[in-house]
Amino acid sequence: MMIEVENLSVRYGTAYAARDVSFSVARGESFGIVGESGSGKSTVLRALAGLNRDWTGTIRVGGETVTPARDRAFFRRVQMVFQDPYGSLHPRQTIDRALSEPLLVHGIKDIETRIAAALTEVALPPSTRFRYPHQLSGGQRQRVAIARALMAGPEVLLLDEPTSALDVSVQAEVLNLLSDLQEKRGLTYILVSHNLAVVSHLCARIGVMQGGEMVEQLTAEDLRAGRTKHPHTEALRRLSVELEETDAQHGKAA
Amino acid sequence: MTALSRREWLLTEAPESRRQAAWGRAYRGWLQFRRNKLAMAGLVTVIVLVLAAVFAPLLTLQDPSTQDLAGRLAPPSAQHWLGTDELGRDLYTRLLYGGRVTLGMVIAVVVLVAPVGLAVGTVAGYAGGLADRVLMRVTDIFLAFPRLILALAFVAALKPGVSSAVFAIALTAWPPYARLARAETLTIRNADFISAVRLTGASAGRIVLRHIAPLCVSSLIVRVTLDMSGIILTAAGLGFLGMGAQPPMPEWGTMIAATRGFILQQWWVPTIPGLAIFAASLAFNLLGDGLRDVLDPKRG
Repeated sequence: MMIEVENLSVRYGTAYAARDVSFSVARGESFGIVGESGSGKSTVLRALAGLNRDWTGTIRVGGETVTPARDRAFFRRVQMVFQDPYGSLHPRQTIDRALSEPLLVHGIKDIETRIAAALTEVALPPSTRFRYPHQLSGGQRQRVAIARALMAGPEVLLLDEPTSALDVSVQAEVLNLLSDLQEKRGLTYILVSHNLAVVSHLCARIGVMQGGEMVEQLTAEDLRAGRTKHPHTEALRRLSVELEETDAQHGKAA
Repeated sequence: MTALSRREWLLTEAPESRRQAAWGRAYRGWLQFRRNKLAMAGLVTVIVLVLAAVFAPLLTLQDPSTQDLAGRLAPPSAQHWLGTDELGRDLYTRLLYGGRVTLGMVIAVVVLVAPVGLAVGTVAGYAGGLADRVLMRVTDIFLAFPRLILALAFVAALKPGVSSAVFAIALTAWPPYARLARAETLTIRNADFISAVRLTGASAGRIVLRHIAPLCVSSLIVRVTLDMSGIILTAAGLGFLGMGAQPPMPEWGTMIAATRGFILQQWWVPTIPGLAIFAASLAFNLLGDGLRDVLDPKRG
């Protein structure tokens, strides 16, 4: 198992943002976490990434138990892509600088060739290299964020709603890029989203969260076929189907 | 390289090197700054004042301390362009040399104060917790006293002179910068781009120095430029009260203090250094306003 989470709880004061969440993800697998806003899905991801140190329970990465404070070696194995590509890139740093930072921190050589290769890998033209984030589109920025996460060669990528801030047309491109990269590099993904379509596109297994608890885990196939056990899963599924239908109707009307 | 192609090189949308990207960014800022006429007037005045101070020996043939008691308090003439003071010293010469002292004090204060304020503010803001509380309470203690009074007390405790005046003004001037830098740091410390740097495994020092501080610098520069007039006035005020530069050293505030008794009969004697203080303060203020329009991200 690449990632094992047991009884992970995060408390803010007396309220639980996440409570006794347990799941595991095999190497090279994609695990999706869905839920409404405030269901604790991003909280789980941030605790996993080491951005939030106030949690209890057990987290194992590659069989090793990790502590709330992470060392540099952890960050070579696990990286994260944020939801908002407008907020996740330093506004005063060129793309070149953003991509070279992980290499400088980890003391990795050949910065020049690695950056050029990384841009090619996420299908960005070399001309974007010395631009500032405000000179790029949302989709291009998210590609930069993905490239930055991959710079130090991680095994696990934590994806926090990586497409929800993007145009629908760009969403598909970024999702395809993510699945290509996974195939090529054998990455393990944990994808958090409120969009069932996005999650079932990328992930074979899905955990459903409600009110800080993971109420059900099921395969994407079961979800699509409607073989759900928990009422909240069914409610989310029905909502997503209805949205798709109204979208389709709007498409016809237009 | 022709002028046009250099402009194109700077304004290209696809720079080919780090250097080109940085210069292009600076050039865009300059183009924006240049549109502001008042700010340009401020910049030119500041440059002229600094150059006049630096090249004072070339701009005048007289010595700032040579006395001529027979020709004291003379009105402007061909020999003494701005007249003479109460000891018959050439006012124009003293004004130029006084600029060295006054502007030198201001620059020394800024060089001392800005890095300290930036360091205290960013560290307090990023570290949070106990470090933040301790650093901010210290800042509050310094802020609790009126600036000039505190500076006066420091100088009186040390010994009147230029270097203790600089030190005293610096001690009283850094807290607002620390506050400003801390406020800026608090707004960006939880931004995703800082989280992303933390996820590379970078040390806290590296994050503060390379990622947070550069974002605080621009608003700090603006604030410092706007405060320069205040620092000039404090420096001049200390000089006026006899706690700054000591005679016979020419300093604008001291020059006013020494000749204030002649304001009704020989009005130009104290007025001329006063005008110099006024011009320098106004120029720094205009420059700061212009810089704010260019550098402050919150204003577009």
